[in-house]
Amino acid sequence: MCSTCGCNQPSDAVTITLIGEEQHANEHHGFSLDLAAGDDPQKPHHFHPGHHHHHGPGQQHHLHGHSHSHHHHHGHDHEHDHSHVKTVVELEQDILQKNNLLAERNRGFLEARNVLALNLVSSPGSGKTSLLERTLASLKDELECFVIEGDQQTSNDANRIAATGAPVVQINTGKGCHLDSDMVNQAIKKIRPTEGSVLFIENVGNLVCPSLFDLGEGARVVIISVTEGDDKPIKYPDMFHSSDLCIINKIDLLPYVQFDVEKAKEYARRVNHHLEFIELSATSGEGMETWLDWLRGKREWVNARMGECENA
Amino acid sequence: MHELSIVLSIVDTAEAQAQKYEATGVERIDLEIGTLAGIEPDALAFAWEAALPGTILAGAERHIHYIQARARCLDCSHEFDVQQLYEACPQCGEYFTELLQGQELKIKSITLTTAEEAIS
Repeated sequence: MCSTCGCNQPSDAVTITLIGEEQHANEHHGFSLDLAAGDDPQKPHHFHPGHHHHHGPGQQHHLHGHSHSHHHHHGHDHEHDHSHVKTVVELEQDILQKNNLLAERNRGFLEARNVLALNLVSSPGSGKTSLLERTLASLKDELECFVIEGDQQTSNDANRIAATGAPVVQINTGKGCHLDSDMVNQAIKKIRPTEGSVLFIENVGNLVCPSLFDLGEGARVVIISVTEGDDKPIKYPDMFHSSDLCIINKIDLLPYVQFDVEKAKEYARRVNHHLEFIELSATSGEGMETWLDWLRGKREWVNARMGECENA
Repeated sequence: MHELSIVLSIVDTAEAQAQKYEATGVERIDLEIGTLAGIEPDALAFAWEAALPGTILAGAERHIHYIQARARCLDCSHEFDVQQLYEACPQCGEYFTELLQGQELKIKSITLTTAEEAIS
């Protein structure tokens, strides 16, 4: 059942599949943009005064008080006496609180397990999957790696990753434009990353929406390729603002395109002066060693933090 | 269209609050959104119309309080309003800045209507 809304909504549902497992629709995440959403109680996010709201057995509150049904809440002409009271609830609550709380749970779990988790974000076609394939092949005998693949549709990317031998879970978001911490939470439970491993989370190709959704990662890596515009960092600043590392991919194509690497870096630094940069080509292999060293460094850093805790 | 996820989160929160207070409706909801929160007002309005029918927020007044983004220059300590994440300090021209506010995304308050049986 969907943990966001408790619905049983199957269409446009999120599916989370461990590659190699029998692939059937399992977990979902009811999420329907239904312009004509009527009064069907099976639909998510409906609220019926005077009806049962569909929620789990643990909860106690049902809205009650009216035996007659009405869909607007202003009626004063009912047969029995009651008055409507206004209550102002000062919430001061983050709208993304649910996502953020679950992201922190993911982070805590991964930290306790000594797992380095990276959230890879980019526009579609920047070469995230190719970079991952090459990375996994290079680290095969050195580090245990796990992959969560996010795409709207198909298991194509997960199948490419599975071919490298790394365990992989495919999340299909349906119409969703980003991964959220709930999907990642379910995927982590399926993939069970081992102690001391690296977990790569390849987000949905989209340079806008995923920037808002913390997944519980240890670091965020934004990838741009030289076939894109060098002004991308200021066209889509949010993603660069929230990232830790910027990989400039496909540098083997630099002679053929008008992409100024220094200009791209300067723009990105304007948005985020903490950002680190690595230039590489996942095709030719140039620069790959710098990226692998960055990964090893991060992995050691996570180890060292574990050590500090043990010695404390 | 992450604005749709945002609206659905707001609906979840409103419904949870309504259950908690045994409310029958929401009269108004006040949101606080930073000008650099990554939310397009038009997209939010569209998602609002699309996602709300049938929920407790259908018919509720939506009030959005925008918070103007401000940054501080880490070189000269000047504080200034920003329209973008990549603005130079107007005093010294450096891009070495930190954001002070403007990425808020909050539900400030919800006004619920609760039906109470009259005591006669």
